[in-house]
Amino acid sequence: MVKPVFLWTDTLLYVLVAAVAVLVWYVRRHEHLRAPWREVFRNRMGVAAMVVLAAYVTVGLLDSVHFRLPLESSAAGGERYSGQVLSVLDLLLTPLRTHQEETYSAPLATRLYSKETVRLPDGRDVRIYPRLRFGGAQLRDPARDRLPDIERTILRGVGFALLVWGALAAVVILVLARRHRWAPRAALQRVLAGRTDYPVHVALYTAGALILFASVTGHLAVHYHVFGTDKVGQDVFYETLKSIRTGLVIGTLTTLVMLPLAIVLGITAGYFRSWVDDVIQYIYTTLNSIPGVLLIVGAILMLEVYMANHPGDFQTVIARADLRLLFLCIILGITSWTGLCRLLRGEALKLRELDYVQAAQAFGVGHTKILARHILPNVMHIVLITVVLDFSGLVLAEAVLTYVGVGVDPTTYSWGNMINGARLELARDPVVWWSLAAAFLFMFGLVLSANLFADAVRDAFDPRAGGGRRGG
Amino acid sequence: MLAYIVRRILYAIPILIGVNVITFALFFAVNTPNDVARMQLGVKRVTPQAIEEWKREHGYDKPLFYNAARSGLARLTDTIFFQKSVRLFAFDFGRSDSGRDIGADIRQRMWPSLAIAVPVFIVGLLTNITMALLIVFFRATYLEVSAVVLTVVMMSISSLFYIIAGQFLIGKLMHLVPISGYSGGLSAFKFLVLPVAVGVISGIGSGTRWYRTIFLEEFGKDYVRTARAKGLSELRVLFRHVLKNGMVPILTGAVVILPLLFTGNLILESFFGIPGLGSYTIDAIQGQDFAIVRSMVFLGSVFYIVGLLLTDISYTLVDPRIRLR
Repeated sequence: MVKPVFLWTDTLLYVLVAAVAVLVWYVRRHEHLRAPWREVFRNRMGVAAMVVLAAYVTVGLLDSVHFRLPLESSAAGGERYSGQVLSVLDLLLTPLRTHQEETYSAPLATRLYSKETVRLPDGRDVRIYPRLRFGGAQLRDPARDRLPDIERTILRGVGFALLVWGALAAVVILVLARRHRWAPRAALQRVLAGRTDYPVHVALYTAGALILFASVTGHLAVHYHVFGTDKVGQDVFYETLKSIRTGLVIGTLTTLVMLPLAIVLGITAGYFRSWVDDVIQYIYTTLNSIPGVLLIVGAILMLEVYMANHPGDFQTVIARADLRLLFLCIILGITSWTGLCRLLRGEALKLRELDYVQAAQAFGVGHTKILARHILPNVMHIVLITVVLDFSGLVLAEAVLTYVGVGVDPTTYSWGNMINGARLELARDPVVWWSLAAAFLFMFGLVLSANLFADAVRDAFDPRAGGGRRGG
Repeated sequence: MLAYIVRRILYAIPILIGVNVITFALFFAVNTPNDVARMQLGVKRVTPQAIEEWKREHGYDKPLFYNAARSGLARLTDTIFFQKSVRLFAFDFGRSDSGRDIGADIRQRMWPSLAIAVPVFIVGLLTNITMALLIVFFRATYLEVSAVVLTVVMMSISSLFYIIAGQFLIGKLMHLVPISGYSGGLSAFKFLVLPVAVGVISGIGSGTRWYRTIFLEEFGKDYVRTARAKGLSELRVLFRHVLKNGMVPILTGAVVILPLLFTGNLILESFFGIPGLGSYTIDAIQGQDFAIVRSMVFLGSVFYIVGLLLTDISYTLVDPRIRLR
């Protein structure tokens, strides 16, 4: 049996998933909360963005179930486990993870990117581009067979994708037909024409594009390196997939950290006014006036010294890197709660003058109860909009911070680390561009869909339609 | 008005003290003064005497926040924190831990920072407002839809991508301008074109969207309907009425960043090798030179507070209904 490993960020992500599930259950039971969400689901852009986000989240969650495999030689005594911590995603991507080359190789290449001295069987040394160990290793004559083989693989990928997508579409349409008591044929026509309550066809097309991408790259990845390999020969496609989790963790856990602080301080400052307001305003003005990067730098340096002094606290490299990631989330949360706090204070200032709050006060309802029952529910839409708007900014911030040297641990897979490592290779000739391309492409996909989703949420929840604050 | 400004300046003092407490606490939670001395002295000359000597020279030979050995008020004043902070309030930055004159460094490095930040700010503002006006003018057409999609796309691209792509395309492939570096005088121009362009382009996405919402909000107001009812052309409504009124939130929003232009752009400066205050800060962070970091944090906070004050004042200037008390 495998031995599960619970990293700090894993546990927090599980908590987050549970919280979201509870929230969904709660929202479904309250009509006034369901209405704006229905609006979000009717927004075509929003639906497409949601499908893409769901794909990212799936990869991220698969990468958040960690365990250690048992060692094979442990049959005799008690169970012993390998020191390597793997995730479910690692298992699914075993070929990608284990196909390690010598050094750089271009996407879909069969030979290394740089010349190396190789000893021929007859004893002579020649400088050639050596064959890759795994990339296209099944081909007898790469120069002749490579392109036809790639074409065949792509075709197989497309065929498989069509099969899967067709099955998915059929299931969705049949479910729709059953629910609305339509004939299957009518259901198909309605979906194709977009005459359904929600834009099902948009969701299906987006899912189709994703399935196509996954299937083609998946088929190719068995024998080739789809995005090439990096300096130490690691598959870049694997790296960028692993980076998804880091991006998601930073985008979500940071807000999880800052929310309680911002909500409690924001609404108490606005509700109580007087000295409470003064103190809280002082705290956030002070924190705000320190340049954020410097605050983060200070905190990260502190953590590094702590880790250097307490090496015993961390059993594995991955646990150590994970703690740094969590710490980065906490410190990013501390530097970014002030904006939301200020918004909530302003809203609470307005709400406390409204009739129903005044009435509650006149009836002698306690302050805590007023805050919880009358103020908090009426600022939740601001909280939600801020959370989704901040997400993409945080994902982008990770790359910048890692560049400055205060981001995630250098051993963590992250887009920032990939960009940082590949940045200087653009000076080479010919250029090594694939690491950068893969990192930017996947980061762009996540950030773009998050931004579109945020727009849909804001349009649905913000009473002042179209208005709002600066996004991203 | 004057009383208000004086009160705001007095209110800044506790904030700046708070900022200093936080920087001190953060930095000395990591490094004791002994560590700092050891780092600055290098590996070779480290003897206990040398460390004591260095600490006395640089004023680190006192307790951090509380001096129990003294009596009365001196318990608080005869500490590293007090001695180092008081001088900051007089803008006397003293010498860095590696012995350089910080004040002179800042005065010298301020100009390259401004040379980047001011053009980025002005050109960026003009570009974003023009784009937003165009989008608003062509509203409810496919042009608007595609422009809005374009801004979301541009907003979703990492700023690092703009920098790297710019350096690669313009600098390496086309050899139009140097990839990085800086020189004084007029020849600075060719070093500044690329960073400024990158700075402007990476800001277009979010900036244009923001100004667009401002203009759209103005379009919903009564005076626009009145202007149209008078028979004014759409262009005239846009430029004479909407633009004029929209400039109020735009300018007051821009004022807050004006003072911060002095402290420079960390990322642009360090990528393009421009010897401004941003790269100064990054170098100091990497060299763990606390005196510089402390000075830059202090300076940044001062500029931030000045920016808030300027915002309030500019509100009264553009909108006479607002009175500062």
